[in-house]
Formats: sequence, C-alpha cells, structure tokens
Amino acid sequence: MSFDWIINIISNNWPMFLRGAGMTLYISIIGTIVGTIIGLLVGVIRTIPMPDVGVKRVVLKIVNIVLSIYIEIFRGTPMIVQAMVIYYGSALALGVDMNRLTAALFIVSVNTGAYMSEIVRGGIVSIDKGQFEAAHAIGMNHVQTMKNVVLPQVIRNILPATGNEFVINIKDTSVLNVISVTELYFQTKSISGNNFRYFESFFVACVLYFIMTFTVTRILRYIERKLDGPENYIMYANQMQVETPEDIMRKTKYNDVKQH
Amino acid sequence: MEKVIDIQHLRKSFGTHEVLKDIDFSVNKGEVVCIIGSSGSGKSTLLRCVNLLEKPSGGQIIYNGENILDDGHNINEYRTKLGMVFQQFNLFNNHNVLNNCVVGQTTVLKRSEEEAKEIAMKYLKIVEMDQYINAKPRQLSGGQKQRVAIARALSMEPDVMLFDEPTSALDPEMVGEVLKVMKDLAGTGLTMLIVTHEMEFAKEVADRVVFMDEGIIAEEGRPEEIFNNPKEQRTKEFLKRTLKRM
Ligand SMILES: Nc1ncnc2c1ncn2[C@@H]1O[C@H](COP(=O)(O)OP(=O)(O)OP(=O)(O)O)[C@@H](O)[C@H]1O
Ligand SMILES: [Mg+2]
Repeated sequence: MSFDWIINIISNNWPMFLRGAGMTLYISIIGTIVGTIIGLLVGVIRTIPMPDVGVKRVVLKIVNIVLSIYIEIFRGTPMIVQAMVIYYGSALALGVDMNRLTAALFIVSVNTGAYMSEIVRGGIVSIDKGQFEAAHAIGMNHVQTMKNVVLPQVIRNILPATGNEFVINIKDTSVLNVISVTELYFQTKSISGNNFRYFESFFVACVLYFIMTFTVTRILRYIERKLDGPENYIMYANQMQVETPEDIMRKTKYNDVKQH
Repeated sequence: MEKVIDIQHLRKSFGTHEVLKDIDFSVNKGEVVCIIGSSGSGKSTLLRCVNLLEKPSGGQIIYNGENILDDGHNINEYRTKLGMVFQQFNLFNNHNVLNNCVVGQTTVLKRSEEEAKEIAMKYLKIVEMDQYINAKPRQLSGGQKQRVAIARALSMEPDVMLFDEPTSALDPEMVGEVLKVMKDLAGTGLTMLIVTHEMEFAKEVADRVVFMDEGIIAEEGRPEEIFNNPKEQRTKEFLKRTLKRM
C-alpha cells in the first residue's frame, strides 16, 4: 500500500531528503540574495541620467547595451538550457571543470539577477520624481540619492516581488538535476531509482517543496509588515536635544495620527 | 550691494516652447525677493534653473564670481549653497523628521552624526517641529511637512533659500503657520527667493517684487511700487485679476 511505502521511504531515506531540501534552500537563498544585489546594481546603473555629451555618455551607452543584452538573454531562455550551456560551455571554452555547486549558484544568481534588474528598475522609476529632486537639490549625486533615499523605498516596494523570485527559485532549482547538483529533485530521483516507488518518493518531495515555499511566503509577509513600522509615532518632548528613538520609548505615545 | 546670485541672459526652452526668454536677474545678500506672475509665466522654471533642476538652454548663472554653467563645475557643491522648498514638500519618505534634516548634512557635507543632529534640532526648533522628530512624513499634516522641509533646507546652512509656492498645496488653515515661519526667517536676514501667489505676504515681507509674464521679467521694484503704483499695463491687469479674487 502506498501509505506504508511512504512511511518506509521516509524512514529509510530521510537524510537524503533532508540534504536535498537543504541544498535546494541553500541554492535558492544564495541565488536570490546575489541575484537581488545584481539587480540593485544593474538597476542603479541603468537609471544614471544620460550626460549630454562626452566620453561618459559613450561609456554609459555601451554599458547599458551590454546590460540589456544580459537581461534579455537570461529572461528569454529556460534556466535548464542556461545550466547546460554554462556548465558544459565553461568546460569546453575555458577548459575549466566547474564545481557543480558553484555552477548551480552562478546560474541561479545570474538568472535571478536578470529578473531582479527589471524589477528594481521598475521600482526606481515608480518612485516619485520629487524624491529625486529633493535629494539632488540638497546636493546629493546619483549614488548618494540612490543609497540614502531611493533604494530604501525601492527595496520595501519590491520585497513582494523578491519573495516571489525566492519561491520560484525553490521550485526551479529542480532543473539543476541536469547538471547533477544534489538538490531535492535529484535526490528524489536517486531514491526512486533504487526503490522504483516513483509516486511515493515524489509525493514526499512534493510535500517538502510545499513546506519550503509556504514557510518562506509566510516569513516574507511577516517581514513586510515589520518593515512598514508602527502606525503611531512618539511625541518628543525632551530637553535633551539628541537622542535615539529607542531612548524615547518611555515617552508618551502620540495617538492622534494626522492623515494628510 | 553684494550679489549672491547673478543671472545673465538666461534662456530655457522645452522643445520649441521658449519658457524663459533672456532673463537678467540677481539676488543680493540678505534680500527677500518675491516672484509673482500668472500661471505658466515661467516662475517655477526660473527657480528650477537657478539650482539646475532644469538645465538652462543658454545664459549664465554667476555664483561667487564663477559661471556655474561652465564645464567641469561641481554642481552638487553649488546646490548645497541653495536650499530648496518645494510646493509638494518632497520629504524623504523613508526617513523620519530628524533624519530628513540629518541625511544631507552627513552624506553631502560630511558632518558628523552628532553635529548634524544638533544643527537639525536647532532648525527644527525654529520651525517648531522639534517635538515630532520620530514621525514619518506620512504621519504629518501638510503644514507640518512643509515646516520640516524648510528645516531640512536650513540644516544645510545655505546662502540662499528658494521657495516654489510653498503654501499652494496646503489646506487654507495651514497656510498661516508656514507663512509665519517664513516671515520669521525673513526677519533674521536670510537671503530668500520666493515664488508665491500670496500677495499680502509678498507686500509685507519682500524687499523687492519681481513680476514675470510670458517668460520675461515684466517689472520689478519695491513692493509698494509694484502693488500700489505699477508702471506696466500687464502688471496692472495681473494685479487687478489676482486681487479681485482675494
Ligand atoms: N518639463 C517640462 N516640459 C515641458 N514644458 C514644461 C516643463 N515644465 C514647464 N513647462 C512649461 O513651461 C511653462 C512655464 O511653466 P512654469 O511651471 O515655470 O510656470 P509657473 O509660472 O511656475 O506656473 P504656476 O504658477 O502654475 O506654477 C508652462 O507653459 C509649462 O507648461
Ligand atoms: Mg510653478
């Protein structure tokens, strides 16, 4: 009976399942984080205002074209194919035999980076023009404006999209079995290859995938709510002039929040 | 009199639309200049050209004896000398009131955190927003936001303050509190360049009133001259239209 088989498979293979799930999570987390960093960098570069003339303009134009090509190619081809091309291509072209895990991390990061670049750019473009103008008027350059004013707002706004990428990565790392990375799908394939109970083995994998994506979704939603901060602020009525907000926690709460 | 900013033959076009036509104009140290004129006459564009939020199509902006439109001029350094107050406040949404006034000082002027906070508190007190330092912009009323925006600009300790219709986006009952702050500032000898539709305020506070019409300065002079005894026909018509509405 299937149910007995499931118990049986779990009790015999749980270390392999766990290691597979761990590997899947590891690659997805690193891939999402590095991908997001790539996305932020690319987003900042692609929104640098174009100078009217000069060498800078030419350089910026070329960089923008290269970045566009990167984004289009990685968004326009399946990751499973990217994995094959990069893994076997690097062996062929450069003569390097890439570590499978390194290759996996590289592929997922660069792939996520392409999607995140567009998400970040969209996030930057959607920030009110007044925020940029106020920052520029105060004397900030592009990078200072991005770092201190724009990106903190963008990161908050793109958090749902980033979480979405993370969930997609948890599921899509399964394609990395084509280069024999020992993530959950690959492990399950090995297990079922030994016991020939395909349904039961993959049913276990299915549950594990779902637990991972479901948990991640909840955690991200919690972080989102945290980042929005409390609705109320604390009135500051102290003679000491410079204090951190934490020092003022004991002060009265200001509940009459004015809405504009 | 010492000129803080001296604008010569300033021109600005958007495509084929010439918005500023050969503007000659200067602001003296300690002077309060109000720019008035009908909608679309180019007042905002002039102000935005002064701090290079719009790139002038031609002319010169002389600051400290140098034309800041020359190649290789450090625009960001120049901008720290001009404090800008926008109609829409434009407070940094991700920072609380205190940090709105601190972040420019620490990142651009490289002041230490403590010094910056001290200076920020000084100006937040002046605009009477020192009790709200932990509030985020979205938790403030329009008048409060604008007062913080003024403190943010003052915290950079600029040579000139530029105001672009600072009260036009406010509910009527909040206009007074912002104008009062500006009046107080004018009394301290701060150099101010103010685009405004508040004629009473201009009459009372300005040392000089500039009337703009269709991209040129049609008339300028002391407020009592402009308001009581305008020379140009279009100034008369504008004042008749505006004052009737008040
Ligand atoms: N970015 C822009 N692109 C094209 N045209 C513009 C731009 N900004 C302003 N203009 C045009 O320039 C003219 C002057 O605009 P400006 O905002 O300077 O007028 P204003 O005197 O400040 O008017 P208001 O009192 O309504 O604020 C208007 O005709 C406007 O449509
Ligand atoms: Mg205007």
